[in-house]
Amino acid sequence: MKSDHSSTSGGRFWMIIGLLVAFSAGAYFQSLGFFEFAADNPDEIWDLLLQHIRLVLISSAISISLGVPMGILLTRGFMRRYREWILNLLGICQTVPSLAVIAIAMTYIGIGPKTAIFALVIYGLLPIIRNSVAGLAGIDPVIIDAGRGMGMTPAQLLFRVELPNAMYIILTGIRTSTVINVGTAAMSFLVGGGGLGDLIFTGIAMVDPGIMLAGAVPTATLAIVMNWAFGRLEKSIISPGLVYSSN
Amino acid sequence: METWQFLVQNSHEVLLLTAQHAWVVAVSVVIAIFTGVPIGIWITFNEKAADIVLYIAGIIMTIPSIALFGIMIPLLSVFGHGIGVVPAIVALVLYSQLPIIRNTYAAIKNVDPNIIDAGTGMGMTRFQVLFKVQVPMALSVIFAGVRVAVVMSIGIGAIAAYIGAGGLGHYIFMGINQTNDPMIHTGALAVAIMAIVVDYVFGIIENRLVSKGLRA
Amino acid sequence: MITLERVTKIYPGSKVPAVDNVELQVPEGEICVLIGSSGCGKTTLMRMMNRLIPITSGTIRIGDKDITGMDVIELRRSIGYAIQQIGLFPHMTVLDNIATVPKLLGWDKPRIERRVDELLELVNLDPGVFRSRFPRELSGGQAQRIGVARAMAADPPVMLMDEPFGAIDPINREVLQDEFLKIQAKLKKTIVFVTHDIHEAVKMGEKIALLDAGRLIQYGTPEDLLTRPKNRFVKDFVGADRALKRLDLLKVKDAMRVNPVHCFDNDPGEKVLEQMIENDLNYLLVTDRESKLKGYVNLVDLRGHNGEVGDVVHPMRITVTTDRNLKEALSKMLTYDIGIVVAVDEDGRLAGVLNTRTLFSVVGETYDERGGRWGKIPANGSIL
Repeated sequence: MKSDHSSTSGGRFWMIIGLLVAFSAGAYFQSLGFFEFAADNPDEIWDLLLQHIRLVLISSAISISLGVPMGILLTRGFMRRYREWILNLLGICQTVPSLAVIAIAMTYIGIGPKTAIFALVIYGLLPIIRNSVAGLAGIDPVIIDAGRGMGMTPAQLLFRVELPNAMYIILTGIRTSTVINVGTAAMSFLVGGGGLGDLIFTGIAMVDPGIMLAGAVPTATLAIVMNWAFGRLEKSIISPGLVYSSN
Repeated sequence: METWQFLVQNSHEVLLLTAQHAWVVAVSVVIAIFTGVPIGIWITFNEKAADIVLYIAGIIMTIPSIALFGIMIPLLSVFGHGIGVVPAIVALVLYSQLPIIRNTYAAIKNVDPNIIDAGTGMGMTRFQVLFKVQVPMALSVIFAGVRVAVVMSIGIGAIAAYIGAGGLGHYIFMGINQTNDPMIHTGALAVAIMAIVVDYVFGIIENRLVSKGLRA
Repeated sequence: MITLERVTKIYPGSKVPAVDNVELQVPEGEICVLIGSSGCGKTTLMRMMNRLIPITSGTIRIGDKDITGMDVIELRRSIGYAIQQIGLFPHMTVLDNIATVPKLLGWDKPRIERRVDELLELVNLDPGVFRSRFPRELSGGQAQRIGVARAMAADPPVMLMDEPFGAIDPINREVLQDEFLKIQAKLKKTIVFVTHDIHEAVKMGEKIALLDAGRLIQYGTPEDLLTRPKNRFVKDFVGADRALKRLDLLKVKDAMRVNPVHCFDNDPGEKVLEQMIENDLNYLLVTDRESKLKGYVNLVDLRGHNGEVGDVVHPMRITVTTDRNLKEALSKMLTYDIGIVVAVDEDGRLAGVLNTRTLFSVVGETYDERGGRWGKIPANGSIL
C-alpha cells in the first residue's frame, strides 16, 4: 500500500504517519525490555519461530489438500441434494471458537504437536471448503455449457475451465485460513505443541512484557507477511483475463 | 457422563462465567457498533479513506488475538488497567471493527445509484438520502457484520480469560492446567453452544431486518 | 446429413413432452433453421443433437451413425457448438479459446496457431491484434465472431448454433449474418440454426422447421412456408407481411422479363424508328454489339435523325444487377419513382427488365399487363 501511494502527497503523508507509529512502537517495546530479551535469547526465539512456521505450514497444507477437493466434490452434480445442509453444518462449525476446538481435541488425543496440528486443520478447513464451493458454484453456467458442448470430459472441464475461473475466490479462502492459522497456532502451546505461543503465554503469566512481546511481535509479523505474500501469489496465478474489483 | 456431573455440580459457577463472558462480549460489540458504523458511513464519501481504513482494519485482524491481548497489557497498565476486563474489551472492539466497518461500507455503497439519484432529485439532502434510504436498505447487511463480530468476539473472549477477563475460557485454561477433562469439556462446550445459539438467533433477526419491499 | 426419426423428449415428472415425435432430415451442406416461439422445444431439440440433453425416444443420426451409439465426448468434439451468450472462457486469450477443441484433439502447436490465424482472418479480425486479447476486452460483435470461429476451429462437418447472433445489436447482426453466409458458401457445412426471428430464418435457412409445443408444424424451404403455409399457425407466425418477406428471398433475375426488346447502338436510326412505330413503342433500350447497356432512345429523338441510334442515346442512370434481391429493386423504384427498372449483369450487359407488374406477378397473386410509362415491352429480342 505504501509504495502505491508514495508518489502522491497524500501517500507521503501516510508514510510519515506510518514511520512515526513504527518509531514510537519501537521505543515503547524498548521500554518494555523486548529488545533486551530478544538480544539475550535469539536462539530460543528462532527455534520457536521455526516451530511455529512448521505448525502453520503442515496444518495449512493438510487443510488445503483436504479442503479444496472437498469443495470440488460438493459442487459436483451428484452432491446437489446434500450440498445445502453440509454447508449449513460447516457454517455452524465455523462459529465454534478455536480455543474450544483445541481444548476438546486435547482431551481426546492428548498433548503434543499432533493435537495442535489436528485442531488447526479442523479449524482451517472450513473457510477453504466454503470458498472452494462458492468459487466453483459462482462460475457463469454459460461457459460450463460451452465447455461441455465442445466435448470436454468432466475432468477437463474442471481443470481447464472451472478451477482457473474459481481460483481467485479459492485463493482468498486459503489466504484467510492460513493467516488466521498463524494466530490460532499461538495456542498450540497450551496443548504442548510449541510455537511462539510459548513466549506469549509465559510472558503474560509472568507479567513480563519483554517475553510476551518476543512472542507476539514475530507472530503478528508472520501473519502480516503471509497476508502480503498471498496477495502477490494471487496476482501472479490469476489469469489477466479475469478482473476483480479491489475489495 | 463426567462432564454432565461436573456441569451439574458447578452449575452456579458455570452460569456466572457465562454471564461474565456474555457481558464482555456485549459491551465490546456495542462500543464497536458505535464506532464502526459511523466510520463505515463516513468512508463511503471518501474512496481514499475507505482504502486506508479497510486496510488497517484488515491488518488488525491478522494480528493473533493472544498477541493483541499481550500488547494491551503493558499499554493499559499505564492507566492501571493492564489485566482484566478492560484490555479484553479494547482488543475485542478493535477486532470487531473490520466486519462492522466493511459491511456498513459495502452495504451503503451497494444501494443502486439510481435510487440515490431519485432521492436527491426529489429534493432530499445527501444526509436525508443517507438516513432515510441507504441505511434502512443496508440494515440487514450491517447487522450481518455485527453478527460476525459477535460470534468472533465470543471466541476471542474465551481467550481473554487468560488475561483475567473471566468468562468460560477460564474453565478451559484451568482445565488444561489441572488436566481436568470434565472442566475442559464444560467450558469448551458451553462456549461452543453459546456461539452457535447466538449465531442462529442473530441469523433470524438479520432476516427479519430486510425491509419488506426487498424480500424475495 | 442429419436425420431425426420420431425424436421425443419428456422431462421426468412432466406429462407433456418438450419435444414430440419430430421427424426431419437436414441435407448435407445446408442450413436448417429451427424456429418457434419461446418454449417450443427448438433449443431442446438442438441440444439433443450433441447429447447435452438425453433423448427419451427416437433416433438421431449424423451421416448414418446413430449418435447414441457413439462416444459422447467424441461426438461433441466433432460438432461445432455456438451459443447465444457466446460463452468464451474469460480466463483464456482469444487464441486459447479458439484452440479449445484442437487442443482436446491433440493437434500440435504450429498447426493450432496456423488454424487460429486462419479462422481470425475468416471472421475479419486481424490475428496480430486479437490473438492475445482477453474476452473482457472485446466488443459484442467481436466476441460473437470469435465464438463462431471457436465453433469452427476443428473444421467440423456439422455445426449447432443457438441464436448465435442474438446478443448483438440489429445493425451488426445483419453484418454478421451476411459474413456468415459468405463463409458457409465456401465451406458448405451442415448446420442446425436456432432462432426466434422469422427474418433471420428466412434469410439464413435453406430449410426451416417451425415448431410449436414440441411438435414440428411445417418443414420446408422459406418459399414453402411463405407461399404455402400449412395452417393458420404458420401463416400467423411468418407474419401478415409474408408477401413482402418473399421480396427478401427472390432475386431480380427470378422476376425480370429476360431478353427485353432492344436495339444496337450502330443500328440505322430510321429503320429502328420504323420498328418502334410499328410496335407501338415510345422508348427503346440500346446496347452495343456485346450486349452492354448503353441507355435508351425515344421516338422524338429519332424523328428526322439520319445517323445511328447511338448518336441520340440517353444514358441509363438507374439500373439493378441481377443478383440483388427484389426488395432492393423495389426500394430503388420507389426512391426514384420509376415504374420500371432495367437489370444488368455484373459486366453491365442487358439482362432483363423489371416493372412493378412483373414484380407483383412473381411475388403476389395479381397480374396485370399494363407497363406504366414505358408501355408494353414484349420479349422479342433485337427489334431489327
